[in-house]
Amino acid sequence: MAGIRFQSIRKVFGKTVAADSVSLEIRDGEFMVLLGPSGCGKTTLLRCLAGLEHVDGGRVFIGDRDVTDRAPRDRRIAMVFQSYAVFPHLTVFDNIAFGLKMQGRPRDEIKRRVEESARLLELTDFLKRYPAQLSGGQRQRVAVARAIVMQAAVLLMDEPLSNLDALLRLQMRAELKRLHQEIKATTIYVTHDQVEALSLGDRIAVMQSGRIVQCDVPMNIYDYPANKFVGGFIGTPPMNFLPGVVHANGDGPTVVVGESHLAPAPAFAHALSAKNGEPILLGIRPENLTLAPNQQANTIRARVRVVEPLGSHKLLTMQVGTEISKVSVAPDQRVAPNEDVWLHFDPEKIRWMDAATGEAISATVE
Amino acid sequence: MRVKSETILPYSLLVPTLIFVILLIVVPIGQAFLLAFQAPDSSFTFAHFQKMANDTSFGDALRFTFLLLIFIVPMQVVLAIIMALLIHTRFKGHTLFLYIYAIPLAISDLAAGIAWLSIFTERGYLNSILNQLGIFDKPFLFLSYQNLPAMFGTIVVAESWRATAIVMTILLAGLQVIPRDYFEAADVFGATTLKRTLFVVLPLLRPSLQNALIIRTIFAFQTFAVVFALAGRVIPVLAGESYNWYVANRNPNIAAAYAVLVLIFTVAATWFYLHFFQTSAAEAGYD
Amino acid sequence: MPSTLSRRYILGRVSLYGGAILLALWTLAPLYLIALAAFSTRQATFQWPKPFLPTDFSIDTMQFFVNSRGVLDSVRNSIIVALLTIAGSLVLGAPGGYALARFRFRGKEGISLGLLISKMFPTAILSIPLAVTFLQLDLYDSLWGVALVHIAMALPFVIIVTAGIFVGVPRDLEEVAQTLGCNRLQAFLRVVLPLALPGLAAAAIFTFVISWNEVFAATILTLRNRTLPAQVLSGLNDSPLYYRYAGGFFMIVPALIFIFLIRRYLLNLWGNIVR
Ligand SMILES: Nc1ncnc2c1ncn2[C@@H]1O[C@H](COP(=O)(O)OP(=O)(O)OP(=O)(O)O)[C@@H](O)[C@H]1O
Ligand SMILES: [Mg+2]
Repeated sequence: MAGIRFQSIRKVFGKTVAADSVSLEIRDGEFMVLLGPSGCGKTTLLRCLAGLEHVDGGRVFIGDRDVTDRAPRDRRIAMVFQSYAVFPHLTVFDNIAFGLKMQGRPRDEIKRRVEESARLLELTDFLKRYPAQLSGGQRQRVAVARAIVMQAAVLLMDEPLSNLDALLRLQMRAELKRLHQEIKATTIYVTHDQVEALSLGDRIAVMQSGRIVQCDVPMNIYDYPANKFVGGFIGTPPMNFLPGVVHANGDGPTVVVGESHLAPAPAFAHALSAKNGEPILLGIRPENLTLAPNQQANTIRARVRVVEPLGSHKLLTMQVGTEISKVSVAPDQRVAPNEDVWLHFDPEKIRWMDAATGEAISATVE
Repeated sequence: MRVKSETILPYSLLVPTLIFVILLIVVPIGQAFLLAFQAPDSSFTFAHFQKMANDTSFGDALRFTFLLLIFIVPMQVVLAIIMALLIHTRFKGHTLFLYIYAIPLAISDLAAGIAWLSIFTERGYLNSILNQLGIFDKPFLFLSYQNLPAMFGTIVVAESWRATAIVMTILLAGLQVIPRDYFEAADVFGATTLKRTLFVVLPLLRPSLQNALIIRTIFAFQTFAVVFALAGRVIPVLAGESYNWYVANRNPNIAAAYAVLVLIFTVAATWFYLHFFQTSAAEAGYD
Repeated sequence: MPSTLSRRYILGRVSLYGGAILLALWTLAPLYLIALAAFSTRQATFQWPKPFLPTDFSIDTMQFFVNSRGVLDSVRNSIIVALLTIAGSLVLGAPGGYALARFRFRGKEGISLGLLISKMFPTAILSIPLAVTFLQLDLYDSLWGVALVHIAMALPFVIIVTAGIFVGVPRDLEEVAQTLGCNRLQAFLRVVLPLALPGLAAAAIFTFVISWNEVFAATILTLRNRTLPAQVLSGLNDSPLYYRYAGGFFMIVPALIFIFLIRRYLLNLWGNIVR
């Protein structure tokens, strides 16, 4: 019904390339999250889809229709703005009813649908109030209600939770997920909060400087980052990176990191052998590093710098050679600052990347 | 197609205005120059200007216009700075005082002249006070050609009274964009109110002051109704001469010559202030 | 130490309020006195010394003024011209202000500069050639002619003031309305206009004041169809004092009311007059 297709979208502001030939397909009913650092072009891409920005190149399709040259109101989309954009001169009821009134719906239908979506977002008690009499979180919910009441085939949300406090944010996140399961609209959700992205998205598209660098299901984004940027952007704390050099001999390749030799997982053996003598980047997540009591296979000498007990786990800041790595260990692990320890690298969890380009080296599947 | 309508829209919104401005501002100014410089046979001539300069009132009009400027503008600026700084302290009730100080904004120079006429006229309120205080027992003739300096003074007072409000509003608008930190920083370093005003506030106000001076000077060259109300034709001014040549003498050419002269002074004064103050465009907030 | 501090504080307050009140008296005194003069008998104009309290309050002078030949007509004319000026300058200027507020386009700086310059032109240089032209076009001595000149005078201000007002209405609101089914015009009418209305009303009053007070062009462009200031000015030399007082007071009253109505916008309207 209403899948979305961006086809080589290009948008330039003066010298800034806000969208650099972006192509992306979103299936009908899918919840797609756009994730990326501030200024990477997320809002711009949404606005191109909404028709608020006309593209400098490429086409936009909603369903089977090419909507590139259509006005916003002809695109059958509903959008929640980053700034809420709640109408200050209208009550909550009239704010939510605005779009339905524009469609000329009968009065009782408007009333029914407004009340329904107000109930969904727990706004029933505020329907008669003006936005100035609402808290930021309530205003945000009005903006969401105003969008979903349209029952548009496509729902665009631009950081709808960005201005809420941590607790409310957690609540609303679950609400939005439930909402999506109920209304099943094709949704694009913009955020630069990776936890939100991982928890909400059917798929996540990670953007960097106007390009989509990886688009995949959340677990793959987390476990198999397409490059150093994605690995370094996602995860709290993000992936650790250590430089090494490949040594290939008859027994298969090893990678020298500092004074230690690490043996890559068999799946990477072929790819790494080809890079004999070349520098390479090792990426590993903090939870995939463990402390070993003594030197064993796949361990590296490291010194504990900082110990941060965080309740569910302990976060260690380690010095590995000249690099800093974060390690997360069990809360009862006994470890003290300035202690020298052995760090164990699980070969299956190591992601290898090209030292020059930062691109992930793919495993060969047998 | 949408792309195209988006780029055309701002222009089409401005087109009616542009047409109007061309028809009612640009064309008339061109015609004013034609009237001032054209002989009946359509050839270029200085004759109208010569006739204007040879008129007995011309020298006086020129002199009085500039004298008024020299006396009125500084007085207004000083008064307006005091008003603006007072209001800016945001004392309790300052909005009421702002409203009071701003009232003359909406009063025409004709009405202001008449209001002060009721004060300065022979049997007016000033003479009544002076009499009750025992200073004069007979009314003093403020508005008589025999007391030209006094008459001139009444005009200065009336016009200062009226137009101080505009200078004050411009300065106050300027004060409001100065971050409060500046004032507080000066307090932290122990500056007295006077020092703070002289060394912190006034330099920061320079762009607004420049704006106020430009506006006031432009208006000062156009002063005439207040002069008519208080001094009749005893004190001629440039704008008044233009009016008289048109209305009384039915001579649009010389009236236009005066108007062109006023325009030239206006442009020159603006240029002078812009250079004298050397405010960069960014400082003045023209972005 | 604390006592000297508080003494200094009290001294500061006293001089603050003292100065403020003194300046307020300076502003209000002429207004009070012209009102006093306008509301006494005609003979009282020549009384001397004059009382400073409304001891012989009378509407005799005002009545005489209002019933004088041409005065009521001139008041009506003034109002008509002012309303035409408001309508004309807003209809022409507000779209321009909106364009300057919302769009980036080639030539924008040039237009802003042009507006700045056109505020500089003396009234005389517009009204004298226009008087000549209007004679040929049969617009002389017509309220339309006066209104046209007033619109020309007010237009640059109105564009700049309305641009400021529209900048104050977030663009997002307009865009969200567009995603909710409005076209550009509908979004403007349903969202921008209601939010800009108080500011536009203030701009309208500002325009009214410009037109109501304007005397040079109004006198030059009319003969019989005088506006109020033109009527008072043209009779200035041969009308009795009490007539002038009443006329002066009559012109001041709307000013007082209007300044009160738009007091919240004073700085936006007059304060940025040069920008
Ligand atoms: N109207 C505009 N004019 C000029 N540059 C713009 C405009 N809108 C966006 N940009 C630029 O385009 C780039 C992308 O902006 P965009 O708003 O899409 O970022 P974003 O990913 O939404 O960031 P954030 O997370 O901070 O909202 C930025 O560098 C921004 O400065
Ligand atoms: Mg954004």
